[in-house]
Amino acid sequence: MTRSLKKSLFAAAASVAALTLTGGAVAFCGFYVAKADTKLFNKASKVVLVRDNDRTVISMANDYQGELEEFAIVIPVPVVLEEEQIHVTENAILDHLDAYTAPRLVEYFDEDPCMVYRRYEESAVMSAAPDEAVGGARQKNSLGVTVEAEYTVGEYDIQLLSADQSGGLAQWLVENGYKLPEGAEPVLESYIKQGTKFFVAKVNLEEQSKTGLKYLRPLQIAFESPRFMLPIRLGTVNADGKQELFVFALTRTGRIETTNYRTVKLPTGMDIPLYVKEEFGAFYKSMFETQVKKENERAVFLEYAWDMNWCDPCAADPLSRDELRELGVFWIDGGEPGIQPRRPMPQAQDVFVTRLHVSYDATHFPEDLMFKETGDRSNYQGRYVLRHPYTGDATCEAADDYRAGLPKRFEKEAQTLASLTGWDIEDVREKMAGADQSFEPPKKTPWWKRIWGEDKKDT
Amino acid sequence: MALSPIRDPRLYQIMALSGVLAFGWTARAFEIDPLQFAAVVITCCAVQWLGSFLIASRADFKSALVTSLSLTLLLRADAIWPLVAAAAIAIFSKFSIRLGGKHIFNPANIGIVTMILLTDAAWTTPGQWGTAVWFAMALAGAGLFVTYRAARIDVPLIFLGSFAALMIVRALWLGDPLSIPLLRLQNGALILFSFFMISDPKTTPDGAISRAVFAFGAALIAFILNFNFFNSDGIFYALFIMTILRPLLEWLDPAPHYRWGDPAPPLKFPVRLKPKTAAPHPAPAE
Repeated sequence: MTRSLKKSLFAAAASVAALTLTGGAVAFCGFYVAKADTKLFNKASKVVLVRDNDRTVISMANDYQGELEEFAIVIPVPVVLEEEQIHVTENAILDHLDAYTAPRLVEYFDEDPCMVYRRYEESAVMSAAPDEAVGGARQKNSLGVTVEAEYTVGEYDIQLLSADQSGGLAQWLVENGYKLPEGAEPVLESYIKQGTKFFVAKVNLEEQSKTGLKYLRPLQIAFESPRFMLPIRLGTVNADGKQELFVFALTRTGRIETTNYRTVKLPTGMDIPLYVKEEFGAFYKSMFETQVKKENERAVFLEYAWDMNWCDPCAADPLSRDELRELGVFWIDGGEPGIQPRRPMPQAQDVFVTRLHVSYDATHFPEDLMFKETGDRSNYQGRYVLRHPYTGDATCEAADDYRAGLPKRFEKEAQTLASLTGWDIEDVREKMAGADQSFEPPKKTPWWKRIWGEDKKDT
Repeated sequence: MALSPIRDPRLYQIMALSGVLAFGWTARAFEIDPLQFAAVVITCCAVQWLGSFLIASRADFKSALVTSLSLTLLLRADAIWPLVAAAAIAIFSKFSIRLGGKHIFNPANIGIVTMILLTDAAWTTPGQWGTAVWFAMALAGAGLFVTYRAARIDVPLIFLGSFAALMIVRALWLGDPLSIPLLRLQNGALILFSFFMISDPKTTPDGAISRAVFAFGAALIAFILNFNFFNSDGIFYALFIMTILRPLLEWLDPAPHYRWGDPAPPLKFPVRLKPKTAAPHPAPAE
């Protein structure tokens, strides 16, 4: 099935490998329960942007499901890349980064109301692939397309093109087996006039079979450019509904945000009904869709912003130095020589991670995503809380008040959930009642039971 | 000097910017800590008071308040000190960097530019105002009123008009859909800058021709910085550069200095409400 993915021009490679997680650690910000990773969303592309000053390393992966020989991508790049600037990495690292930054579900257990309450603060607080040069015959053909360079890197046959005009480029691409969606030409034209080069890649089946993998690995490119952006326009041309894009930025100074679209923090830190534990994925998807609509489908959403040294609670361990270096974080000292000259580094990892999630189409996102790095190092995480009521035996007066307060608290959770997800509040209430979160006011213990009954039972 | 408050455009500017701030706080979930805002206001007013005291003039806090609001709306920081520093630089520049009886730099602008050039601790958020059409329109509407009262309605119109024209020409040349320049024009930060920062009557040339050159120059520089150097803070640097060039423009096109409360353009009001020489100019820094 060739499907339109062949045409989906931006992003690359398949992500199949499932990473087993070491969740469940006890932490100050609650017990980690579950995460909402990128696999929840169909047709999701993952892009890791490593950037400091003009130096940029991009890793690209998507969940390409079609035939490998049908796979083809065209990526606008600012410069012609040398072979050493292109690399293929492992899915596992991107999956790890995905897991580490994923929105998370945590749970707390209420203490015995008869004990003195202690308040919980709720502060959210390149391993070388087999590279083989094919040689770069730099020759302009009659279509005005110049193949600036050709390489085989990992399982990919890659060409770097420059072009005089879009018609020629479009024809060249079609003649060379790339299917161009209708309407792509004007976009190509715009890129050509801005002096952009094109990185085109197909799968080299022979090399691919050597990898022994059933999927494609993420492609990486490293270059220097003052433009801090992601080209999404080609991907929107064959509008097959909305596309999901996750951007993971690894920077030195602080969080990144988009300059031409609003970057919005997703609602976080809310108490939600206990039954969501069983359907956290569905909850997160509904909530995300609801927020997208609320922002008129024009916002980029912040899902995570954190110093890479730690996490709380952890959906996965922070990435190791070697993993970060593999992703292209050139300013930290790795175990082996990397793509950039190394400099002396302080002990800390000095990496700030931002996770952005955008659901885009041509109507609402006509322009490429432009980014800037801010000095904001404040931590943010998408975190949703299950608060288990105390179910033990408790007969003090505080326990009565506590139990009497529960229906109100459940009602608030129901309303939060309904407003976050757009789910019907009656359904929510019904499911809550079925999951031991009853709205019935509890029977009050008669006061006299506490005079003598207590004495008999306790001490 | 006594100035009827109704004639002072700064009053309307304060009202409009306060409205925007309130909107930011409520509807846009802005990351403006009320403490940061308070610190900026206190710093601006304190430096204004100190400056006025040193030059033995009566302190007028309206300008300081306008600067505080502009800084709060356009500059972000995690800590309080970067905003306090920007506020101090902004107001201090009014008293210290002067030529021909006027301060050279737009106070909020020099505060922002200094901080983003020198530190990573403060940054602007060009995307944070979103691109909602109604918000851009409301902002522009209020801005038109304020700049009209300040006899500077030409500045935002020429600046935005030129910037729009340059972007549209670029889009046509690239073959891009017009939705791209439109998206940029709907940007709340750009509108805010056009109507509430660059149009400051005290730091724009007094002559109509030099003012037009000033506004167009800023648009051109902003465009080049934005699209050739990919600098998202292009508008702020552009204004910074043009304010440095302003004395030259004024020398080429001399005109009487603006005073707060001067009436709107002479074309509409041929009869000046006061003879030009009737009152001495207000205290040099306000």
